[in-house]
Amino acid sequence: MAMDMELEMVLRPHQYEMPPYPPKVITLANGKKMVVRQAEREDVPEILKSVHPCLFIERDYYDIVSARLYGELLAWYRYRVKSAYCLMGQVEGFLVGIVNGRMETEKVGMSYHTLAIDRGLRIGSHLFAAKMEYHLEYLHQEEVLIVAESPIGFRRWMIEYPLEPTKIPHELGGGDSYLLTREIYFKAKPRLVVGERPVPADLWEVATREIKFADDDTIREQIAGLKGR
Amino acid sequence: MAGTQHFRDVAVIGVGMIPFGRRDEDTLMDMLAWSSLKALDDAGLGDGGVDALYVANMGSGVIQHQTGLASALVDRLSLLPAAAESIENGPASGASAIKNGLLAIASGYCDTVLVVGGEKMREVTGWRATDFVATMTHPTSEYVYGITLPGMAGMFTRLYMEKYGVTREMLVSISIKNQAMGTLNPYAHVEMALSKEGIFDDPAAIVNNPPAADPLHLYDACPVSDGAAAVVLTALDKVKKPSKPPVVIAGFGQATDTHTLQERSDPTDLKAVTLAAQQAFERAKLKPADIHVAELHDAFTILEIAESEHVGFFKKGEGGKAALAGKTKLGGQIPINLSGGLKARGHPVGATGVAQVVDIVWQLRHELPKGRQVQNAQNGLTVNFGGFGNNVLAFVLRRVQE
Repeated sequence: MAMDMELEMVLRPHQYEMPPYPPKVITLANGKKMVVRQAEREDVPEILKSVHPCLFIERDYYDIVSARLYGELLAWYRYRVKSAYCLMGQVEGFLVGIVNGRMETEKVGMSYHTLAIDRGLRIGSHLFAAKMEYHLEYLHQEEVLIVAESPIGFRRWMIEYPLEPTKIPHELGGGDSYLLTREIYFKAKPRLVVGERPVPADLWEVATREIKFADDDTIREQIAGLKGR
Repeated sequence: MAGTQHFRDVAVIGVGMIPFGRRDEDTLMDMLAWSSLKALDDAGLGDGGVDALYVANMGSGVIQHQTGLASALVDRLSLLPAAAESIENGPASGASAIKNGLLAIASGYCDTVLVVGGEKMREVTGWRATDFVATMTHPTSEYVYGITLPGMAGMFTRLYMEKYGVTREMLVSISIKNQAMGTLNPYAHVEMALSKEGIFDDPAAIVNNPPAADPLHLYDACPVSDGAAAVVLTALDKVKKPSKPPVVIAGFGQATDTHTLQERSDPTDLKAVTLAAQQAFERAKLKPADIHVAELHDAFTILEIAESEHVGFFKKGEGGKAALAGKTKLGGQIPINLSGGLKARGHPVGATGVAQVVDIVWQLRHELPKGRQVQNAQNGLTVNFGGFGNNVLAFVLRRVQE
């Protein structure tokens, strides 16, 4: 397909230099080890396979979160979002959660979404914390703008940290953003940010060999809890 | 003990339960009806034959803005003109409803009674559900100060730790045991195994299992659940050719304690549990050592330990050690909460007391799969704990010898 590269470069938003997120491993409540690592742009088509079944789950706003995340990941894949990144959690190679965001400026981060594919293990909490760790400790930003679409997200981020309300509109829906500052982050860090580095070689090898996906029905059951029907 | 005159023996001839959890798609009435139909089917009863219906529920008036559940359900089930009543006794509503059903038969007023307990709590946020449960605390000396049941349990745990040497490790052992059993129970709300490393030893445990009401942590508490369970009771002398081994309610007991915790001379002494269990054992002419399996009200892990002592399975201060030593697991001295308990099966408050009886009936019929079934179980105990121990019911159930 012919492409006007000059126009393409105009259409591509600015990309800041972004140091990589150093992978870590977290022990979950069930004793399993979750490897948290940064996704590569080339991983997006595979990741979308796990996002797709969540598009059809109304419970806890999974449909909205998934639809937006799907678009954000596609936009990253095809260079239509500014300075974006994606972190993922894997247990025994299986994708169990995804978080993403981007740099608004060098000093301000924009949190996008947190999608826990396996529930009940605080995977969302762990991955959201990893996302904030990336913004504050590795991208060295001053603050991150955050909104929640679900009551669960509100409880996890706004209340547990607790975040600071602002009147700054967030690009996800235009509602008022909440702010994670460096002061709030480092105060919350001892009780919310965990994980060990480096990732042991055997776990790393399993995680990077292949991103495994549960089938659609399993993902829906894990999220919607449709047992007994 | 008052009221020891001879009663008609009452048997449980049908049981039914629906999976506990979050049931967004069902109304409370759907859940009550579905579990009732399962129990009626299990009992081999069709449309007729039920003289009375008792419905246990704590919060439909608050959460669903619906009252008169029994009147609605008796019509929904086409059981008209059977008598019908709703029973509200906090988290002990289920056992209270069974007790009322039992008395209706024992007195000769009825021959066959359907008892169903249900609650739909996930319709509101966890905060609102916690607040609704807290409405049973004293309005001016407890509730107004923001007390919740987890808060009470936290203070109780601290005292119990100081007085009896209970440790966090002992509490964690209850969480792990009961959630492991939940993975084997298709009716359980929580079907997720826990590891000691993940919720206690590893540095990540601070996030995985954060403090909830110190010294209790997240996994020390039962989930907020939707669910329903039902039993069909009948006079034993009316049971002619049972298709399943009948189980009788051999003994029951109920006792109360002060409304507020502060009025108790020793808040760690759950007198109502002791008294209710003693009454049940006395009526059944059995001792704690005769019990083969028990369902205790572990809304919080500490309660399983405390109740195991107060009903007489262990001496005071020994329950936690026994749990840690595996004495309350399947194959142990006295297996407790092989259903997963409230901790894993869940705690739809109005349903719990009924669900406990359903699980014990399955045990005494020897219908459960390997891994949950106590071999040759003959006698079982349930304890349904209302308020913070201010209204407690206990049942001793016995398999009828063929």
